[in-house]
Amino acid sequence: MSARNTIIETVAKNKPALIPLPEMDFSQFETPVDLFEAFSKQLLVVGGRLIEMNDESGLSQLIQQEKSAGVNIINRVTNMGEPDVVPENAAALHAVDKAYISGAFGVAENGAIWVWESAMGQRILPFICQQLVLVLRRKQLVANMHLAYNRINVQEEGFGVFIAGPSKTADIEQSLVIGAHGPKALSVIILH
Amino acid sequence: MSKSHAALAAEFTADENRTDWHDETLWWVRQKRDKAVQQIPEWEILRQWASAIKEHTLSKLDEYLAIFEREAISNGIKVHWANDATAHNEIILKIIKEHSISKIVKSKSMLTEECHLNEYLHQSGIEVIDTDLGERIVQFRGEPPSHIVLPAIHLKKEDVSETFHEHLGTEKGNNDPQYLTESARTHLREKFIQSELAITGVNFAIAETGGFVVCTNEGNADMGAHAAKIHIACMGIEKIIPKAEHLGVFTRMLARSATGQAITTYTSHFHRPRPGQEMHIVIVNNGRSRQLGREDFRNSLKCIRCAACFNTCPVYRRSGGHSYHTAVAGPIGSILNPNLDMKANADLPFASTLCGSCTNVCPVKINIHEQLWKWRQVIAEEGLVAPSKKMSMQVLGYILSKPSLYRLIGKTGRWVLRHMPLLVKFKSLNPWYKQREMPEAPSESFRDWYKKNRRS
Ligand code: SF4
Repeated sequence: MSARNTIIETVAKNKPALIPLPEMDFSQFETPVDLFEAFSKQLLVVGGRLIEMNDESGLSQLIQQEKSAGVNIINRVTNMGEPDVVPENAAALHAVDKAYISGAFGVAENGAIWVWESAMGQRILPFICQQLVLVLRRKQLVANMHLAYNRINVQEEGFGVFIAGPSKTADIEQSLVIGAHGPKALSVIILH
Repeated sequence: MSKSHAALAAEFTADENRTDWHDETLWWVRQKRDKAVQQIPEWEILRQWASAIKEHTLSKLDEYLAIFEREAISNGIKVHWANDATAHNEIILKIIKEHSISKIVKSKSMLTEECHLNEYLHQSGIEVIDTDLGERIVQFRGEPPSHIVLPAIHLKKEDVSETFHEHLGTEKGNNDPQYLTESARTHLREKFIQSELAITGVNFAIAETGGFVVCTNEGNADMGAHAAKIHIACMGIEKIIPKAEHLGVFTRMLARSATGQAITTYTSHFHRPRPGQEMHIVIVNNGRSRQLGREDFRNSLKCIRCAACFNTCPVYRRSGGHSYHTAVAGPIGSILNPNLDMKANADLPFASTLCGSCTNVCPVKINIHEQLWKWRQVIAEEGLVAPSKKMSMQVLGYILSKPSLYRLIGKTGRWVLRHMPLLVKFKSLNPWYKQREMPEAPSESFRDWYKKNRRS
């Protein structure tokens, strides 16, 4: 018999009698009145930086300035014209200083932001860049993870990720170090 | 037989300062967990849901496994099944050989530790680079991880500095965690970019959508998986959850229970390989279906590997992860490992004071300390109890079957503790008191007190 059938049959034989799924009513949970305030607070806790802007023009100005100053930038924010094409090869991306990527929405309870593969161009981009900038609109916020999963169909794209702050580790004597393998900094630009 | 927990624990506690430091460090992590949990008023409801979702899943696991397989295949993922550790290792070796690959990176996966994948591949001349910082440190040192979330928690920064000086050429005596992490970052980024194949674990596998979720703080699972041409994700059959909406419950609990963070930095959802990439999932049994059939122990399969039970355990904190001589240490390991090999791990259910703190912190409500107690009875019945423990087990079993005798002995015990503490502390008779003072014995038991004080 195949390993698959052996496993499934033993499981079927050994499993307990049916136990029903719980009824989950998460609308009973308290949510913050001001999502933006709660999100901003959590973003700081996870090591992120918040930048508020009025509109995209400020953002495109900033990117232009940085580009002309020689910063190696990949800009994937689509509402400012054509996004930059992202090379497929990881070695080519290793030198990227800063990537600008649109987040789908943020989560107030933990400062995480959902990012779709389509926004990244290449899946590795938000991880391999030295600094990551995620761009969100102020109204794109949910209170908690239940509402976050309500809002997405996780299989819509091949890959998607919640990102909460820059990459970090505390593997050496529990001392927090920002910048493990991924970005050493995460900024979130909130467009009002 | 290899050394028992008690013998290995004695080696660890020989260095008293280090033992104290280990104890305090883990207690600090436990306190961070408490603070995070206290901020969530609905925590107990979440525990209830998490437990119920897992129990439901186990009661339909055969169906969910089949659904998961079907959906994953339709997502373009190749699904493999391994009934034991050897089969798991062989499947991975075969994929490596088919593509004649030599550059392999791996992020944290306790399952691959349980299967001893690295050693197996090493025998075929294939080297795997562990990319989690803590795992890389212990890999350099030729040690196994001592904790499932904090693999190098038994080491001090001086140890890491020495190891990195030897293997990465860092400055001798530079113990700065920032500097050491930066050096590892440079070293490992090179490995990521060169890697042809990435192995990752799985935190949650969603039956309904045929995808899986991997959680890290460092970003190493993503760096590996998105750089390599082939991604192999390894999962035990118990990683299944029915629906994506259930992730809302588990992602709220995992990191809070583990380190006190509200969520891990990266919660990555993989559903299809990227263009040109190959994605594999290896679904592993390795004794889990047997545990499912043990009524008293099946609900250990609800575990989401947060390690909260490790951090709170007075025995783990003072004996160190290596004293458990298995891939998964701590209280939950002491329940899972006797299922894998009862004889080799017969000592582990005894490595507990049965204080119940593990059960209190467990986010999926596993009755850990009760299961440890039950394993002791099973192990005693199988005649596998070490002689020093056998005596007290037999006496204990007899006493527990006779309630009035139990109460009398309790009285006597309290009397002995108050009047002859040195006897109880005498090392060879009572190893747990080697490193600690005994508590003051209450002059009356709760039962005596209750009888005297109840108003009826
Ligand atoms: S048994 Fe519970 S507390 Fe321990 S690692 Fe598993 S889920 Fe966490």
